[in-house]
Amino acid sequence: MAALEVTGLSFRYGRKEALKGVSFAVQPGEFCALLGPNGAGKSTLFALLTRLFVARAGRIAVMGQDLQARPLAALAQMGVVFQQMTLDLDLSVARNLAYFGALHGLSRRESAARAQEVLARLDMLERAGEKARDLNGGHRRRLEIARALMHRPRLLLLDEPTVGLDARARASITAHVHALAREDGLAVLWATHLVDEVAADDTVLILHQGEVLETGRARDIAPENGLAAHFMALTEEALP
Amino acid sequence: MSPYWRALSAILLREALRFVTQRERFLAALVRPLVWLVVFAAGFRAALGLSITPPYQTYITYETYILPGLVAMILLFNAMQSALSLVYDREMGSMRLLLTAPLPRWWLLFCKLLAGVLVSILQAYAFLGIAWAYGIRLPPMGYLWVLPALVVVGLMLGAVGLFLASTIRQLENFAGVMNFVIFPVFFLSTALYPLWRMAESSRLLRDICAWNPFSHAVELIRFALYLRLNTEALGWVALSFAAFLALALWGFDPARGIMTRKTR
Repeated sequence: MAALEVTGLSFRYGRKEALKGVSFAVQPGEFCALLGPNGAGKSTLFALLTRLFVARAGRIAVMGQDLQARPLAALAQMGVVFQQMTLDLDLSVARNLAYFGALHGLSRRESAARAQEVLARLDMLERAGEKARDLNGGHRRRLEIARALMHRPRLLLLDEPTVGLDARARASITAHVHALAREDGLAVLWATHLVDEVAADDTVLILHQGEVLETGRARDIAPENGLAAHFMALTEEALP
Repeated sequence: MSPYWRALSAILLREALRFVTQRERFLAALVRPLVWLVVFAAGFRAALGLSITPPYQTYITYETYILPGLVAMILLFNAMQSALSLVYDREMGSMRLLLTAPLPRWWLLFCKLLAGVLVSILQAYAFLGIAWAYGIRLPPMGYLWVLPALVVVGLMLGAVGLFLASTIRQLENFAGVMNFVIFPVFFLSTALYPLWRMAESSRLLRDICAWNPFSHAVELIRFALYLRLNTEALGWVALSFAAFLALALWGFDPARGIMTRKTR
């Protein structure tokens, strides 16, 4: 069963068509990089996947649960890292995790145990007592990823999670999330416009002007590290 | 404990912790009504004579008259402040985090509303304490009786704020709406003068004041402080709460509401 299955998804803002019949699937253990230039429709797609908006046409299923018909069951399977930071800066790392755990129905004891587990997974255990405000940009992002794993989701959605980070922090976060897919069998949908975050074995989905232009394994789409050039050529070709 | 109560207690705790860490916000919220109580009321005491009207059984000072209105003012400003932070949260993302929790959206919004009311009530009691020290004495049991009235009024005003937050797309637009809402709502009410006083100047203004849900909120608090239940005011406040909550839920509905308009 696919962890995420999107079929014929369309969405418009008034007259402007933001997504046009988008279809794709992400399997457990798969790292799927959603590549698209600014304005491609990535953020709209994320808003639909997280049910902030509801599409008029198409279907989204998370672990077989239809997001429209069974939203709570589908959301429970999903961990999300938004493009904008969503931490409470005045609260400690542990309190940020506890708040999220409670929103997902975890008891205080369960929440504390899970917090230890996810912080260890992201190499942040020693920072549990620090205020989120005192963390650097890279650690704040890692904390957000740790938080998204608290309820043990099967699907992890990340909307441009490395925006504003330096090269070292970007590499570290990309490596951590690749490891989550490879070692824990988590399905990952990673939206970005930075092709150097994509590994050769990743699935690539190129979205442009609301349409899926191409999908496949990175090494097959553009052999010999030519993904950047291929992406540029493809999105320029599609310009009206 | 059910997931619903876990989420409620987490949201209440988060709001309380934020309240504790934002002392400036707490003090600022108290300064405004205190200026009205100490400065404005002193100036208008002589100009505005008051007759004996329920729930009062004797002549009262102007400071005593406007006290319930100023308590309601705290709740009104807090509701607008919460709405402002909701618009900010929605733009900045933490509202998104809340809305993606696997719980019904109406429950999450209600929890958020209740958390705002909790903070408002703490401020209202702090203000009542300062007013007591200033010499405005109310029946001792009135301080207890007023609690349910504060909850109901806080929920109603919070629902108004929630509705406004769902309709406003950008943070920059909010200041204009705040002025457009807060000042007419406050001045066209019984917070500063009784209805009969307004009727002497204009029948139309008196009718507007009588229809304003905020007038009923003020009267509910006023009567509760004197251990009396104003059923008409309670009915109006409850009805307004239901109407504004329904509008707010519509606004935040992902399928129909205003959130689906492009904001960025």
